[in-house]
Amino acid sequence: MSEVNNQRRAFLKTSLGAAAVAIAPGMLLFDMAHGSTEPVSGKVRWGMLIDTNQCKPGCDECVTACNTENGLSGGKLPTDSQWIRKIEIKDISTGRQSSLPMMCQHCEHPPCVDVCPTAASFKRADGIVLVDKHRCIGCRYCMMACPYKARSFVHEPLHDQNPDVPRGKGTVESCTLCVHRIDEGLQPACATSCPNKAILFGDLNDPNSPIAQKLRTVASTQVRADLKLNTGIRYQGL
Amino acid sequence: MRLIALLLLCLCATVVWAGQTTPFKLDIGQGGKCVKDPEWMRKNHMQLLKHQRDEAVRKGARDDKVSLKTCVECHASTKDNSVIARDDSFCVACHRYEAVKLDCFECHSGVRKSYWLKRNAK
Ligand code: HEC
Ligand code: HEC
Ligand code: HEC
Repeated sequence: MSEVNNQRRAFLKTSLGAAAVAIAPGMLLFDMAHGSTEPVSGKVRWGMLIDTNQCKPGCDECVTACNTENGLSGGKLPTDSQWIRKIEIKDISTGRQSSLPMMCQHCEHPPCVDVCPTAASFKRADGIVLVDKHRCIGCRYCMMACPYKARSFVHEPLHDQNPDVPRGKGTVESCTLCVHRIDEGLQPACATSCPNKAILFGDLNDPNSPIAQKLRTVASTQVRADLKLNTGIRYQGL
Repeated sequence: MRLIALLLLCLCATVVWAGQTTPFKLDIGQGGKCVKDPEWMRKNHMQLLKHQRDEAVRKGARDDKVSLKTCVECHASTKDNSVIARDDSFCVACHRYEAVKLDCFECHSGVRKSYWLKRNAK
């Protein structure tokens, strides 16, 4: 952690010019991020606000979009990869039901990163929690450490992967927030696919971004907030 | 001392090999201009790729010029759009000759991205 913070401070000191461009209101950093050869900025923290009131039970457009984007089979066997899944929950005392997508919560203090013996699990400067598959030895500690059951292990050899999303047997994987799209200035596939616009994606650190503005005005929760992981994915209406 | 001798021997071997035309068939793909001098690339492409990989994955510094996808885009065969499909495919021929085994294409697509996108557009 302290390492990341130091980097952030160093970044602040050395590149105030670039940072000013980065936080230009409403830009969502997208234009600047396009094809950038510069490392991503620690000033940004990508996140999502998911409005469960807008999330329809039985709808799994986000799951399908994720599968298509990332080349997942869509199978439901315990050995099939799932990066995002729909959950229906019910408050037994009141009978109130809600529906929500669950995936990697992109924690500020990710347990998967803590337990990884090879530093394959890591958090990018802009808050995206990833597996560096070049270092992953497939031990699956991270899968056990994750309170959200967000990670999958690839059990079988794969073929004809999306050139933008390399995946392969023997490594752990999970939601990347569609990092390959973000780095091109696009939004994650699930966010763009939701027919009810229940998924709002953006920079939590930019006070002028739509997501930060909405977080200021509506009540939101982090799932398992008691663990103090400070998730990047927030839920509204739970 | 023996180590240095060995090292020298290795170096000579590489130089000799690099000086010759390749003793096997190599489908270089669509042609054009490599991202660096081909002579340099022949010896150093693995360093370039591994450096690029860490920059792109861990820091998000994506230099599209030296992305693996760019290599594949250019070096994939004009016959089958792939760098790995045949014995003389670009990322196969030398490695086979040199007994180098890559795992890259267990995950990475060996197919030209523009072709992959077209094929998967429907
Ligand atoms: C715009 C097209 C283009 C791109 C992009 C490109 N190359 Fe090349 N590359 C060439 C050409 C043309 C040659 C020369 C082949 C020859 O004449 O033998 C070459 C030569 C090479 C050689 C030496 C081959 C030999 O015959 O000794 C290697 C290795 C190589 N490239 C690897 C790469 C890698 C790795 C990348 C990605 C970082 C890459 N190339 C990107 C066009 C390209
Ligand atoms: C277990 C799966 C896996 C294997 C094996 C693998 N990679 Fe990757 N590689 C990935 C993933 C996942 C990414 C991240 C893709 C992204 O975000 O664009 C990546 C990204 C990269 C990148 C940066 C993105 C790009 O397209 O340039 C390079 C370079 C790269 N890998 C090179 C290699 C090389 C060289 C090998 C073989 C020595 C290799 N990889 C083996 C999964 C793998
Ligand atoms: C001109 C012949 C040649 C071509 C073409 C070639 N390579 Fe290589 N490559 C080699 C040789 C020789 C080695 C082994 C060098 C050594 O022993 O250190 C090697 C090693 C590698 C390594 C390191 C392997 C390891 O286990 O550390 C990677 C990664 C690699 N090549 C990737 C590629 C990719 C990707 C392509 C296709 C774009 C390619 N190479 C095309 C000759 C070639």
